[in-house]
Amino acid sequence: MEIIACIKRVPDTETRVKILEDGSGINSEGIKYITSPYDEFALEAALRAKETEESSTVTVMTLGNDGAQENLRNALALGADEATLLNGAVTMDGLATAKVLAQEMKSKSPDLVLFGVKAGDDDQQQVGPMVATLLDYRCVTNVTNFEIQESIVICKRQIEGGNEVVEVTLPAVITVTKGEFEPRFPSLKGIMASKKKTLVTKDVQVPESHLVMTGMEYPPERDGVYIVEEGLEGVPELVKLLREEAKVL
Amino acid sequence: MSNLMVFVDHRDGSVSNVTREILSVASSLAKELGVALHALVLGDSGAGDCSGQLAEYGADKILVAEHPTLSTYLSESHREVVVSAVESGDYSAIIFPATAKGKDLAPRVAASLDTAMASDVSHLEIAEENLEATRALYGGKVLARLRFTAFPAVITIRPNIFSAKKTSGIGQVTNIDVTLSMPEGYKVKEMETLGRENLDVSEAHTVVSGGRGMKDPANWRLLEDLRDSLGLEAALGASRAVVDAGWRPHGEQVGQTGKTVAPRLYFAVGISGAVQHLAGMRTAQVIVAINKDADAPIFGVADYGIVGDAMEILPVLTEKIAELNSEE
Repeated sequence: MEIIACIKRVPDTETRVKILEDGSGINSEGIKYITSPYDEFALEAALRAKETEESSTVTVMTLGNDGAQENLRNALALGADEATLLNGAVTMDGLATAKVLAQEMKSKSPDLVLFGVKAGDDDQQQVGPMVATLLDYRCVTNVTNFEIQESIVICKRQIEGGNEVVEVTLPAVITVTKGEFEPRFPSLKGIMASKKKTLVTKDVQVPESHLVMTGMEYPPERDGVYIVEEGLEGVPELVKLLREEAKVL
Repeated sequence: MSNLMVFVDHRDGSVSNVTREILSVASSLAKELGVALHALVLGDSGAGDCSGQLAEYGADKILVAEHPTLSTYLSESHREVVVSAVESGDYSAIIFPATAKGKDLAPRVAASLDTAMASDVSHLEIAEENLEATRALYGGKVLARLRFTAFPAVITIRPNIFSAKKTSGIGQVTNIDVTLSMPEGYKVKEMETLGRENLDVSEAHTVVSGGRGMKDPANWRLLEDLRDSLGLEAALGASRAVVDAGWRPHGEQVGQTGKTVAPRLYFAVGISGAVQHLAGMRTAQVIVAINKDADAPIFGVADYGIVGDAMEILPVLTEKIAELNSEE
């Protein structure tokens, strides 16, 4: 089985983000980058799928800049067999990204493609299903766990107020949320082995973004906390404030 | 600009709250633009019964696609029908509720139409005759304003971002023919609902959220009591720590790897306030923090705070709120 896991390099959540003077974006200096959290689940799901299916390979793929090589190397150390860096611009336009990824995937004809349900930087939540539509693959989103049975994937999917079990026929795209796919840690053996694995870099032309950013700003600041009396004493005042001042009770 | 379309989320003949909220904002935009607001309803026979409710929230035209296959959300069938309905008209934007269904369907529709999608839009307005959307980036640390250069623009909107306002639309109903030609290859085998009345934390007006400070999963009954005192539109939330510990289901998790919520009132009980948690609730209208540690970061984002033992405070808080309710 040919498996592809797509990842994205994003700023660490803890990172303070500073908007550039001209409002055209954020200052990338001093930012610590990581692999988007949901993509770590996707990679883990890919590695587990590989373990349960004989003669499977996992290719980890990303659209990004040279910095993303680090993320790909980490994925190889965890157990991915090969890596592809599509060197091109990433924008908020998920369809532009999806077109580039789908184009690359066509040559590999994967059976299973895994994405995190959304990226940790823009939270756009679109690339996975878009790639599926472009490839005419079936797709299940927001999956917490899945099992492959011959040519069918049985997925547990999170919906409002509960879960759903969905079956799709391969080839398929699955977007993964936090569920059973707790990421593994790299072993020394894995790190050493990764040095011999193939990391291919290809320059790609990314279609123009159809989302044009006209400005960027910080969200409005909150007024600051009002702390009532400590412990039980404070409860009556809190309730009064919520009712009369905040008007939410 | 051309007409606006809203994809309707409905359950048992009732239009969901988030759909009403979206219709309300779309209705005022449509009026400003001088275009019509269309609502698209997919479902089994009788799906069109909610048309009256749609007209009450501004729908001028209601497109109803009824077919047995559409009684459950099946991605290919839904995608095909929505794309066909959109292509039969002229639309500048299609707005989906950012529910599990909407988030699944919208990108597929955008890709089929070769257009652009902005998800979780928190503000929508007309600027220089263009539709301008605002959405958050980097876990809510920054807001970006966007314009679209491909149409129809596909947009998703979360619950509780806009207010539902009744405003009469023309309400003309049209039944559209449903032809399904794509092989589905997507089957829903079973559904399991947890929690009361399917109210998801992302849809609730009030959230009572617990973290490690609750000390023990058994103490959740105190949070449940508080939630019950707050009425039917209240739901439980949880921090990542207690979900990872197996105390609460992932469906309740609020935060970067959980849900993003914007309720009117958010109680953060025994939650320290890590950046990853804040990413999921920082836009709540009113935040109340209950924590033993006066230095907990949560107090930096809360509007009201009470320092003390949650296990002692919760029952008294629940009682006082119940008293308030019985006075009405």
